[in-house]
Amino acid sequence: MSDDQRFGLSRRATLPGPLRLDGGALLSPVDIGYETYGTLAPDGGNAVLVCHALTGDQHVASVHPRTGKPGWWTRMIGPGRPIDPSRDFVICTNVIGSCMGSSGPATDNPATGRPWAMGFPVITIRDMVRAQALLLDHLGVVTLKAVVGGSMGGMQALSWAATFPDRVRAAVVIASTARHSAQNIAFHEVGRQAIMADPKWNGGDYYSGEPPAAGLAVARMAAHITYLSEAGLTEKFGRRLQARDAKSFGFDADFQVESYLRHQGLAFVDRFDANSYLYITRALDYFDLAEEHGGLLANAFRRTATRFCVISFDTDWLYPTLESRNIVQALNAAGAAVSFVELSSPYGHDAFLLDAPEMNRVVDGFLRGGRA
Amino acid sequence: MSLRPDLAVIAGHVARGTRVLDVGCGDGALMAALRDERGCDARGLEIDAGNVAAAVARGLSVIQGDADVDLAGYPDDSFDYAILSQTLQTARAPDVVLDHLLRIGRRAFVSFPNFAQWRVRLSLLWGGRMPVTRQLPQQWYDTPNIHHLTIDDFRAFLQDRGIRVEGAWFLSGDRQRSSAAANLLAQHAVFLLQRAPGN
Repeated sequence: MSDDQRFGLSRRATLPGPLRLDGGALLSPVDIGYETYGTLAPDGGNAVLVCHALTGDQHVASVHPRTGKPGWWTRMIGPGRPIDPSRDFVICTNVIGSCMGSSGPATDNPATGRPWAMGFPVITIRDMVRAQALLLDHLGVVTLKAVVGGSMGGMQALSWAATFPDRVRAAVVIASTARHSAQNIAFHEVGRQAIMADPKWNGGDYYSGEPPAAGLAVARMAAHITYLSEAGLTEKFGRRLQARDAKSFGFDADFQVESYLRHQGLAFVDRFDANSYLYITRALDYFDLAEEHGGLLANAFRRTATRFCVISFDTDWLYPTLESRNIVQALNAAGAAVSFVELSSPYGHDAFLLDAPEMNRVVDGFLRGGRA
Repeated sequence: MSLRPDLAVIAGHVARGTRVLDVGCGDGALMAALRDERGCDARGLEIDAGNVAAAVARGLSVIQGDADVDLAGYPDDSFDYAILSQTLQTARAPDVVLDHLLRIGRRAFVSFPNFAQWRVRLSLLWGGRMPVTRQLPQQWYDTPNIHHLTIDDFRAFLQDRGIRVEGAWFLSGDRQRSSAAANLLAQHAVFLLQRAPGN
């Protein structure tokens, strides 16, 4: 398998499709940037799909080509980790709508030869999942041992189980939700308006010039606050001043927290496309798994044979524990095999990306399913 | 690994291949035994995150939650058995928890420490202090047991509610004893219940 060009790091597949999107449009071809780790077992039984969050990518356990930083979930995927490429065949795809090799607003519209920009069709979480299913067909993966994700990745895991119940044996849903709340939508709208208010955004048509970096940075700053807890921010920065002894009585980044947020915003624009940010936040806001199933979340999981593991963090106010409990209650009502635990962490929503030994212990045990 | 005596009694009387909900399942010891030895489809509810993690690490399906709050979310008749082992006396509303058990399960196993056992009686009678015994090791201020009950209390409660007793087992340590004078002699009781006819 080692010389099979479908497998390995930094792969890109151009699949003919067409992919019928929830919004009604047909997408063809469908480009998917992805990586695989490990070897697909002869019986195909060891495939694990890892799904990334809003601004994540396929470089889950490999060095990011633009930032040079290690993979974003090396705590979960790697030797001796709950998902171990020496045992598991790991797939991570860049979601469609994103900007790391998959079809999105920054890729070329085949009809014009120019970037889609705002001509790209609006997509949903389910569209991302259907595109991933196309890739699995291409890779020869019929069923998944597990689909695993945090935040938006958790939504994809839920959507996988609801859309392709026969292809998913287990789903791990971490720090996630079955629907975006009014507060979630509100924060995203702030970010989108910041991008669209930047004159350089130019109706989304900026690919031949300068991108709307200022607007995208503000969007990232606002969103970043929602990923942290108040206690975490207080512990890390408090009211401490940045490289000065006194307030400047001006509008420089006097406070460390201001400086930190500005840095987060600036670092983000180097690696992310503003239009992709619009499209993916829209997909998140449209996500309401119950709505797709007659208004009753339990209907999304009727007669499911998939095992579920749901994990929340006590300081996550973006997708608080109550949202996980809603999922668990629906799974219970559907008679599904479900485990749920709320873990304690000072880090808010981002806890799932950070050091969380209890999370690893739970996920490891769940994926082993009692087999040592 | 041997089961706690009341759990061993329960494990020995659950029918093979049934669906079981263990409320207050701890680290999942009973669930694992029921799964491995009796082929049961076992699910658990447990309040302590560390216990939930331990149970999930055994491959069990356990939800972190509170019997007083979260049983309401389970559908009627979704299990053959609902099990409440040494948890009844910790509930804020034990009567409501029992109602849920017999709504969710066709049958219910309930085990609890007997507050009328002679050592407990003597401790209160002669010491004049809340009993601290091997089976009830905590002080009054840190005990999770907020609704102590006796075997006779429980029998009277069942009679009032018209709940049928299908079986009852009485334990001193790991020994079973007869029902004669159980209220005075037994440290623990295990009841197998069936909901009142017509409910």
